[in-house]
Amino acid sequence: MFLLLRRSVIGLLMMTIITGVVYPAVVTAIGHVVFPHRSQGSLIVRGDEIVGSELIGQPFDSPKYFWPRPSATDPVPYNAGSSSGSNLGPTNPKLLQAVQERVARLKAVDPNNRLLIPVDLVTASGSGLEAYISPAAAQYQVPRVARARGLTAVQVQQLVTENTWGRQWGFLGEPRTNVVTLNLALDKLSK
Amino acid sequence: MTANDVLQIVFYLAVLLILVKPLGWYMARVYEGKPVGLDRVLGPLERLIYRLCDLDPQKEVGWKRYAMGALAFNAMGFAFLYLLQRVQGSLPLNPEHLAAVKTHTAFNTAVSFITNTNWQSYGGETTMSYLTQMLGMTVQNFVSAATAMAVLIAMIRGFVRRNSETIGNFWVDMTRSVLYILLPVSILWAVALMSQGVVQTYSSYPKTSLIEPVKGADGKMITEQTLAVGPAASQIAIKQLGTNGGGFFNANSAHPFENPTPLSNFLEVLAILMLPAALCYTFGKMVGDVRQGWAVLAAMVVIFGGMLALCWYSEQQSPPWMAQLGVDTTAGNMEGKEVRFGIANSALWATATTCASNGSVNSMHDSFTPLGGLVPMLLIQLGEVVFGGVGSGLYGMLVFAIIAVFIAGLMVGRTPEYLGKKIEAFEIKMAAIAILIPVIVILIGAGAAVMIPAARASTANPGAHGFSEILYAFSSAAGNNGSAFAGLSADTPFYNVSLGLTMLIGRYWVLIPALAIGGSLARKTIVPTSAGTLPTHGPLFVGLLVVVVLIIGALSFIPALALGPIVEHLLMFQ
Repeated sequence: MFLLLRRSVIGLLMMTIITGVVYPAVVTAIGHVVFPHRSQGSLIVRGDEIVGSELIGQPFDSPKYFWPRPSATDPVPYNAGSSSGSNLGPTNPKLLQAVQERVARLKAVDPNNRLLIPVDLVTASGSGLEAYISPAAAQYQVPRVARARGLTAVQVQQLVTENTWGRQWGFLGEPRTNVVTLNLALDKLSK
Repeated sequence: MTANDVLQIVFYLAVLLILVKPLGWYMARVYEGKPVGLDRVLGPLERLIYRLCDLDPQKEVGWKRYAMGALAFNAMGFAFLYLLQRVQGSLPLNPEHLAAVKTHTAFNTAVSFITNTNWQSYGGETTMSYLTQMLGMTVQNFVSAATAMAVLIAMIRGFVRRNSETIGNFWVDMTRSVLYILLPVSILWAVALMSQGVVQTYSSYPKTSLIEPVKGADGKMITEQTLAVGPAASQIAIKQLGTNGGGFFNANSAHPFENPTPLSNFLEVLAILMLPAALCYTFGKMVGDVRQGWAVLAAMVVIFGGMLALCWYSEQQSPPWMAQLGVDTTAGNMEGKEVRFGIANSALWATATTCASNGSVNSMHDSFTPLGGLVPMLLIQLGEVVFGGVGSGLYGMLVFAIIAVFIAGLMVGRTPEYLGKKIEAFEIKMAAIAILIPVIVILIGAGAAVMIPAARASTANPGAHGFSEILYAFSSAAGNNGSAFAGLSADTPFYNVSLGLTMLIGRYWVLIPALAIGGSLARKTIVPTSAGTLPTHGPLFVGLLVVVVLIIGALSFIPALALGPIVEHLLMFQ
């Protein structure tokens, strides 16, 4: 019995040192040296100010910015300190109501747009923090953003293309447009 | 459903199956104590552990003492993890100054991580300090997986040995699982994940100023965003490889810092099934007939393929009201899913994570269509024997194999045999316990919860979907899965305690019978095959095994599922 106790204590202690102290420290050291930008959160720095992360979405609600996907984080959207999805099921009336409101807001700022609204623009992401929208969702917003900024659709389209990623290795995942870097690029072109 | 979706899934399965043989071969060498290359570097460390534990690695024990070792080690892990959470507020590496975890939450979490469940009634970035994540969560991710691998190997030895009283040494099997299998592969995965943008840092959460300050719901302007970071890559690698599944962040692998790109997603979902699939080959190799391993693997692939197809097809649909609002739904049911992964990768992950006892998610199962959500729930209820958890999946599947040969034996009126061992009353009793106890705790637990008003109030969705949330929670806990219909507010005393107990029963009432079967088989001699022996490496046996798994699962759970996802499906499309 004493031997069993001793083995449990020492076994756990050794495993804690190996897998709980040395292993994360080794990985952290490799990260700092080999991937200094990515292991720290892919931060975007302008001057001495951090303006965001390439990977984490931000809220936008002015018509002159591309809008991201709806976010269900609490208590504010895109709360990157507390990730979360909505967890609303497809038959929940609250989901229906939320989508109706989102559709109405998109129509209100762009009443003449006759395109169907891409589904990712009216549904919340799983993390509540996704920086990406589908290329179709970007296309849907190009005319509105161009109008609000007094730019031509071609100029805006150019930036959308620059901030759109294809499938990785040509077939993994889905094509996607980064709203954060796209909106930063827009601000650079015209404030 | 596009050609590219098919291509991604075929590529996934191809890589998974190509790795089975080399990895399975390597693991067999590890457990047979043969040189594996890495022992030249880590051998001294391994021997040091044995010396400190006052252990002769050559000395083996019977199944009861083997089980005692596993239980004592897990109990110590529980005590340490519980204490660590309770005192984290006064310990270092806590840059966000997170306070001590509540007692019932700490109990639930400690149980959850020692049982390889990794159910989370807390949000990682708002509850656990970096120190707790590393010394507590990461360590248990390793050793709970290694515990199950050790038990599997001990059970396999029961088939291999004849007239033997011993089935191995728990401490040796556990230590070798960590040092030579889980640790090296985790380092590779962690580095690959960092290359894609998974964070790994001890710094505090950086603050960024928003590009466009926006007005919050309370009318105040929001100008800043706090980015939760941490030593995530090291934990995510082992959480996937050890079929643990407990996320560093609340949103698990939907979180961009936990799973930033399609490639990181591929690596993570590959890691879920890689070791469980390869262990089938290890099994075949150790029993001296690799065809036996391939046969079990074939049964797993058949069920996996069917379930994946159903989930993927269902998630391609949207609720009918969506299109009526002028929404283009060709991209599928995107609520709770990430654009960078799309439907194919979300369905693939949901199927893989519940085939295995992983339970990590890259999309929110609670927002799946009714039938899309039925797939992960049913896969957990089948006992997670389709690939299953590292170790625990295959020992569960071998229990089903014993039932399958038993049923075949009944049909022809002959004492069943499996791998040359006679299957007799004791083995069948243990197999029945291992299969029935999880079923009983799921159904009783979910039944009790719906009768308690406070427990019912925790549901986030009304009607049938709310019932699904509760049923899923108890299934996930009993199956040691850890995924959730996460709308359920489970951080309450009732759920923390009841689900904690469910996890303990679901883990140890399968693990101990599996060891008992191994111990009993080891004592027996090998009967020579005769014309009456059912060959267990051919398509007939694969078919029988698939049918047994599906029928036992269906008989147990169809009534409950009818009240949840099935009725919701009928309501949605009425």
